[in-house]
Amino acid sequence: MTVQPSDPVAGDPVVAEDPVAAEGRVSAGAIALRRIRSPGRIRAEHVRDYGIVVFAVALFAYFSIASNVFLTSQNLLNLVFQNATIGIAACAVTFTIIAGNFDLSLGSIFVLSEVLAAYAAVHYGVWWAFPVAIVPGAAMGAINGLLVTKLRVNAFLATLATALSFVGIAVGVTSGGLLITPSSSVFTFLGQHRVVGIQYPVIIFAVVAIVLQLVLAYTVFGRHLYGIGDNRNAARLSGLKVDRTVLITFVITGAACGLSGLIDASTTGSGTSDTSGLGGSLALLAIAGVALGGSSIFGGVGSVWRTVLGVLILGMITNGFDLLAVPDFWQDIVRGILIITAVAIGTIIERRT
Amino acid sequence: MSAEAVAPIRLVSIGKRYSGTKALDDVSVEVAGGSVHALVGANGAGKSTLGKIVGGVIRPDEGQLFVDDRPVRYASPREARIDGIAMIAQELSPVPHMSVIENVFLGIEPRRSGFVQRRQMRKQYDELVSQWGFELDGNAKVGTLRTADKQKVEILRAVACGARVIVMDEPTSSLSSVETETLHRMIRTLRASGRTIVYVSHFLDEVLDLADTVSVLRSGHLVRTAPAAEETEESLVAGMFGAAAEAEHFEKPQGSTAPVVLEVSDLNRKGVLRDIWLQIRAGEIVGLAGLVGSGRSELARAIAGADPIDRGTIAVDGTPRRIRSPADAMAAGMAFLPESRKDDGLFMELTLAANTTFADVGAVATRFGLLRRGLEREKTNSLLKSLSIQPPVPSAKVVSLSGGNQQKVLFARWLFRNPRVLILDEPTRGVDVAARAAIHRLINNLATGGTAVLLISSEIEEVLGLAHRVLVMRRGSITREFGADPPMEAVMEAAFGLGGSTTT
Repeated sequence: MTVQPSDPVAGDPVVAEDPVAAEGRVSAGAIALRRIRSPGRIRAEHVRDYGIVVFAVALFAYFSIASNVFLTSQNLLNLVFQNATIGIAACAVTFTIIAGNFDLSLGSIFVLSEVLAAYAAVHYGVWWAFPVAIVPGAAMGAINGLLVTKLRVNAFLATLATALSFVGIAVGVTSGGLLITPSSSVFTFLGQHRVVGIQYPVIIFAVVAIVLQLVLAYTVFGRHLYGIGDNRNAARLSGLKVDRTVLITFVITGAACGLSGLIDASTTGSGTSDTSGLGGSLALLAIAGVALGGSSIFGGVGSVWRTVLGVLILGMITNGFDLLAVPDFWQDIVRGILIITAVAIGTIIERRT
Repeated sequence: MSAEAVAPIRLVSIGKRYSGTKALDDVSVEVAGGSVHALVGANGAGKSTLGKIVGGVIRPDEGQLFVDDRPVRYASPREARIDGIAMIAQELSPVPHMSVIENVFLGIEPRRSGFVQRRQMRKQYDELVSQWGFELDGNAKVGTLRTADKQKVEILRAVACGARVIVMDEPTSSLSSVETETLHRMIRTLRASGRTIVYVSHFLDEVLDLADTVSVLRSGHLVRTAPAAEETEESLVAGMFGAAAEAEHFEKPQGSTAPVVLEVSDLNRKGVLRDIWLQIRAGEIVGLAGLVGSGRSELARAIAGADPIDRGTIAVDGTPRRIRSPADAMAAGMAFLPESRKDDGLFMELTLAANTTFADVGAVATRFGLLRRGLEREKTNSLLKSLSIQPPVPSAKVVSLSGGNQQKVLFARWLFRNPRVLILDEPTRGVDVAARAAIHRLINNLATGGTAVLLISSEIEEVLGLAHRVLVMRRGSITREFGADPPMEAVMEAAFGLGGSTTT
């Protein structure tokens, strides 16, 4: 594909015609340039785009001062460790959301993957747990993706429905109970061991977040996700295979939830189909993290680092409030209010500009 | 139904602006009670706007509306309805999943202590239907009805509310001729009962057949109001277009022998396109004229792979291509600028660079799909400059640009691919004068460089100014072909279906 951009208008008489007119155009451009960059004043868009960063820093500073345990490497590592499984799922579902879709089945994929991993470890040997967690996770994501792209089921409903079925299968596999995995270090090193003092889940979370952020920002695939989320029709008319791209986002999300499930199984040394724990709240917490970070729930706008920030703010509130001995119910109340506030600020500013 | 229903409407010096441009300027019209009053004009002449002002959908910026000699100012269609004025919009609005009866009586259900009297409603409906001679199943879901029957629902709803004035905006644009005839019969019945009809349409034969009085609008001004009996289709067309508006005229090569780039044969899409044959040579600009709804945009979308076709071949450079998606059309060397840059074209929240390269991101990426941002910025920069897009900042978001510059960004996306065939649907809609002139020069220069161009525009001056050949579409077919610089009246008459229908 050769590009000769100057060709079409090269012969354009007006461009070359009048030096004064050309001058005028340049300065108009310079003015517009200044207006867009506008480095000096803080404006509404800045509050919308970066307010959450300021808030995170302030919250961090507050807990550091209010509690003498908060700002220790041990506590901070624990904070990230406790949120690693949510974080991995949240980073991946950011792709789906940026492309203008939704996935409510995160928790269920997590639960079923965890159970399958434990089942494989018990029945076929621990090494089987790794592929058996991630590959079916991806397959479950593919089911979601096919329902949304081929059958045109609304993503909300499709993933709500598959979520029910996935958990059902998990309960069937475990007969409603717990699968205890062999206490082989091969299986438990993921969740229970450290390297240079850092828990493996923390490292995996960091790697997943960095890789996904780079893919989003620096690849053709990432660019396509933004385009589809911003204007699906335009993406199609620009020659994009929209359905295939959307399907891939669901597969990535499914695989990531499988990975999260594996980590959880390894941490606890068991697989459980019980959804009263993390499995039940994972989807909502992950999506809350995406929204809190400032990615648009309607697609087209957002990034993975925002999701990481959102998840860590939610985690920080739990951690900090625990350290300050604030009752549990306050955590939920504050987190709820926070999400509403963040989304409302975004919407209000959006409407005004 | 008696003479007490007579409701004269007077519009005095009505003015309305949309973001700077005047949609209506000092328009005064008097509508006699119990008559059919037609509003005609070209696209954008203001006839729909005027209709909507009467219906309370739009509030005028200047002037005064009188109903029954009483000055009124409607804030909503609801207020107009209270005065007995009902609007039947182009996009029909009944609640699709409710039955015909429920729609007709929506908001005015006969009720007793809060409960809807279903049997009473049924009885009223039957009376209404027999009184007006409609045939319509009251239990059918409105969503399953055809357009013509949805219109009946709207008309029944209007009379059930006691409307004395009914405003209809392009009611026949998607009706068959039989359905149109039925609608006209209904309108005559309504008139006979003393009701007033304001009829907005661009079908001149219908207007002359039906209306008592016709008001002709041109670019927001009233040309004249006259009894329909004194008008002919030719006189209306002359009134609607008057002296040609300003548009730059380009030199047009005669009798090009350049090779044919795009060849469309026997293209059909049920109910939309019929037996389309066309050829475009390298360096040729073919203009496609016709009324809104004549199938112009549909033809463009079909060739570009945006809509499916039932039958036909599309060949590029002599090779027949199987085009089932926009990607196929692009692979064949085509580029398509859709009618609505906001709905189908631009990524408003993405940067100019991302918008420019989107249709071929691979060209600024490595083999492994990694973006080469520096290269992208460089290539975008030179395109932004050559199209003089303001501001020429690749990292700016498209949403922050003016309409004209946004449109140029869309051009940039397709120029980035160096297409063999460029299909342009309304390339200067909603664009300011300077940008419009720049886009016209750009199109002309592209053709000079050998690109085959298919140009669709509602602005006849634009088509005439640029096109080397002009095709006229009407009701899904190409009905006339003209060479370069045909007389505007001839093109308009062809678009309105007057004169001969063979190729010249």
